[in-house]
Amino acid sequence: MDVAFSFAGETLVPLASGALFWPAEATLLVADLHLEKASHFAKKGWLLPPHATADTLAALIDAVEASGATRLICLGDSFHDQGGPDRLLPEARSALQLMTRNLDWWWITGNHDEDAAAALGGRVMTETRLGPFVLRHEADAADRAPELSGHFHPKLVIRVRSRHIARRCFALSATKLILPAFGAFTGGLDVADPALKSALAGPAEALVLDGGRLLRFPVV
Amino acid sequence: MSLPPITANWFALRGWRPRAHQMAMLDVATKGRHALLTAPTGAGKTLAGFLPSLADLATTPHDGLHTLYISPLKALAVDVQRNLLTPIAEMGLDITVETRTGDTPSDRKARQKARPPQILLTTPESLAILLSAPESLSMMAGVRRVIIDEIHAFGTTKRGDQLSLCLARLQKLAPALQRVGLSATIADPESWAGWLAPDADAAAVEIVRAEAGVDPEIDILAIDDRIPWGGHNGRYAARAVMQQIARSRLAIVFVNTRAVAELVFRDLWAENDEALPIGIHHGSLAPEARRKVEAAMAAGRLRAIVATASLDLGLDWGDVDLVIQMGAPKGASRLLQRTGRANHRMDEASRCLIVPGNRFEFLEALAARDAVAAGELDPDGFRPGGLDVLAQHVVGLVAAAPIHPDELYAEVRSAAPFAGLTRDAFDRVLDYAATGGYALKAYERYQRIVAGRDGLLRLRSAALARQWRMNSGTIVEAVAMNVVFGTGKPGRHGRKLGQVEEYFAGQLRVGDSFMFAGQTLEVTGFDGADIHVRLGRGSPKVPVYAGGRMPMTTRLAARVRGLMNARDRWAAMPDDVREWLELQARVSRLPGHDDVLVETFARDGRWYMAVYGFAGHPAHQTLGMLVTQRMERAGLMPLGFVASDYAMVCWSLEPVDDPRPLFDPTVLEDELADWLAASPFLRRAFREVAIIGGLIERVQPGVQKSGKAMSVSADLIYDVLRKHQPDHLLLTAAWTDARGKLTDVARLADLLEQAHGRLTHVRAAHVTPLAVPSMLTIGRERVGAEADSALLAEAEALIAEALRLD
Repeated sequence: MDVAFSFAGETLVPLASGALFWPAEATLLVADLHLEKASHFAKKGWLLPPHATADTLAALIDAVEASGATRLICLGDSFHDQGGPDRLLPEARSALQLMTRNLDWWWITGNHDEDAAAALGGRVMTETRLGPFVLRHEADAADRAPELSGHFHPKLVIRVRSRHIARRCFALSATKLILPAFGAFTGGLDVADPALKSALAGPAEALVLDGGRLLRFPVV
Repeated sequence: MSLPPITANWFALRGWRPRAHQMAMLDVATKGRHALLTAPTGAGKTLAGFLPSLADLATTPHDGLHTLYISPLKALAVDVQRNLLTPIAEMGLDITVETRTGDTPSDRKARQKARPPQILLTTPESLAILLSAPESLSMMAGVRRVIIDEIHAFGTTKRGDQLSLCLARLQKLAPALQRVGLSATIADPESWAGWLAPDADAAAVEIVRAEAGVDPEIDILAIDDRIPWGGHNGRYAARAVMQQIARSRLAIVFVNTRAVAELVFRDLWAENDEALPIGIHHGSLAPEARRKVEAAMAAGRLRAIVATASLDLGLDWGDVDLVIQMGAPKGASRLLQRTGRANHRMDEASRCLIVPGNRFEFLEALAARDAVAAGELDPDGFRPGGLDVLAQHVVGLVAAAPIHPDELYAEVRSAAPFAGLTRDAFDRVLDYAATGGYALKAYERYQRIVAGRDGLLRLRSAALARQWRMNSGTIVEAVAMNVVFGTGKPGRHGRKLGQVEEYFAGQLRVGDSFMFAGQTLEVTGFDGADIHVRLGRGSPKVPVYAGGRMPMTTRLAARVRGLMNARDRWAAMPDDVREWLELQARVSRLPGHDDVLVETFARDGRWYMAVYGFAGHPAHQTLGMLVTQRMERAGLMPLGFVASDYAMVCWSLEPVDDPRPLFDPTVLEDELADWLAASPFLRRAFREVAIIGGLIERVQPGVQKSGKAMSVSADLIYDVLRKHQPDHLLLTAAWTDARGKLTDVARLADLLEQAHGRLTHVRAAHVTPLAVPSMLTIGRERVGAEADSALLAEAEALIAEALRLD
């Protein structure tokens, strides 16, 4: 657990998959699954085969099993659009329903998905509190309480010895922790982008998991 | 056979005598045999192909289609006017001739099916579509001859695979059909006879060779004995090239890529003090723009034209008396063909001037000149036909009429590229056409053919025939956006100048300017697949086009090595080149005839390794990936590499002490499989086969799909298939393609064997003369997850140190 870090007095463990584990609460947090993104595009005539959802769910199951979490919280944009849950293939639907039954499952709603996931089980809420944290989809710069959120898909872009390196990252400020996107086929936003910086509401660090080590970079 | 009087009179009236090869073609036709004519440009090749048809039609009435003529070029009109319509008119023959291409109006196409002309001029793409129509069965039944012009442009390509399959179908519909191939001078006519023949039976084809023309005059430009260290395009020589243009009637300035065409065109105008009319011609310009330039050339209104391979083929435009080749020619056959564009008379020498881009290219130019003088052309690399092409073709055939799989298999195997197709592979193709593959079974649209109770294959629905026609063809353009000039006002349509690739377009913003069609254009806006532009100024970007670079051929590479080792030839070389070779021999050594020279040296906090393989750019690119992957495993932390036709240079954080293990040929296949799967080559190849194989549509009825969406979905389907059905037919096809032209695995394997036996390692004190041209090559590749980790950790440590307060 040497990659753990402390935020608002709690010990948190970032995983290489982009999930965040909170051992004290046995809780796994993930952001921006964007399930059924492929079938969303298929509706528009871009035919993408329907396996992205399966890939994302498989990674999620791995993360749950590896961490031993009993509660799972999705920080919004779990589906790419409001109609996503209806398009789940039977195997994906039953896998999700199995998880929502066996885990304490919370859906935080995002800008893409609203409350559509309610049909799959689990609790749906626009935002909530857990321990010292506010949990919501998109960071609220005006709120000074410690907060966990997603939405931005942060990634670190850095230049070392005339070489560009880009990695998905957790963005951490004094009061905010923004998770990277967990879903397959999701892009990313430079952690130094003005939109992300203003959401972080103060000096921040990008946390990158690399080969079992946690690297920390100031966001400038 | 003698000429019928009507035709003999025509020759006599013009004061001509039929040439020996023209009479020989008549002879072969009388015997009812297939024919392959090889002839230099200007030998009356196309007329020789048509003469037997004209003679037959002049003496024997024939209802319906008699002769099919197939050209690689859609713009048939000019050549055909001279070689066919004029002779027919002057002989007073009553023969109907029509064209059928993608540009032919649909009412005429429909009429042609009901009442075909006697001679139909078409392209492989239009022929394939015609053969998917049920009417084709009766329409083709009486066809006597099929003439394939410029056959050398087809054989080793997917267009050739498609054409060969079409010939097999034609032969089945018209068993007495005579096949006629017309070709430029080629290295190996016997192999081509096999390609042309039914069942690949070369003995069924008579080869007719026209007498050779006068030897060409080929010079290599060296201004004041100077040849630069780096570069590829000879741009430094713009002033000298301009002087050559001023001394000529009409010059073609050939370059090797479209981007270079734009740059060279601009360079020439900068030196064009007399404002001589100079045009530009390349494959990304709009067809109308190209036709305009061609017409200006034919009318003698131009003094020079900067062109890419788009002018390599076919038509004679104007009175060209000089060809200038910017950069190395890459092959002797190509040099000869391009040189032939100057002067279409056989009794006068064609003139060509090569402008080498760097010192290696000087050696290459000299090697190519030697090869042409020795008559040593490059052999063509025939390979088995593409399974993606076959997958497309079988659906077209099923659309024409229901057919039993056994019968279809026999027909397909009579096409030379598919002569070795196993039944198992054929059945996989059918299964793909029937299901799309099990990973895609969720989508009904991939289920295109179905076997009935009678065992015959049929189309699943009639609508699929239309969809097939709209998506058929084997030419897949890069994803592109239109460049549209002079609009921005509502309701006004601009003029389309051509296309730039989507990747380049994605970097453009409103207000940016870029070079295109010889002008500086400023972006005024974007609208769907269109980029709106107006004339601009300032420092423009240069569009990037993927691919298009040909590797130096194997035979030319051997000659370059030979020149390096022939000190007696050095004296006649420019000072720059001779001193470069002498210096290399002193500070390191020269590559031998058949060894692999490896140099290592340090520079700028990095370790470099230069490998002189002379195996061509694609093989060196693959070598770079392979060697850096092995370096990564050895903990040497490679950072990147760059490949040229002559060498591969890579750099790392740790030095290579013993290069030999890096060139071990034994586990090549496994490692290749690993990185090829993750490389962009396979992705790029997959996009092409997915379109040809019908997995991704070019167009949806009524909607033009944006290129971006198409490339995105190709990428995603690729990921899915790799994960869920790695043995999918189209992945196999993509794999074959990627191993071929993109990565040249065969040449790499030869190179590793060579290195295994004869590797010479030189530890140099500093960068060597021979390494410089390659190190100045553009197109560096980055590698190395280990180095990334090391550098990330280094960056973090540095930052932490800088932020420390004590």
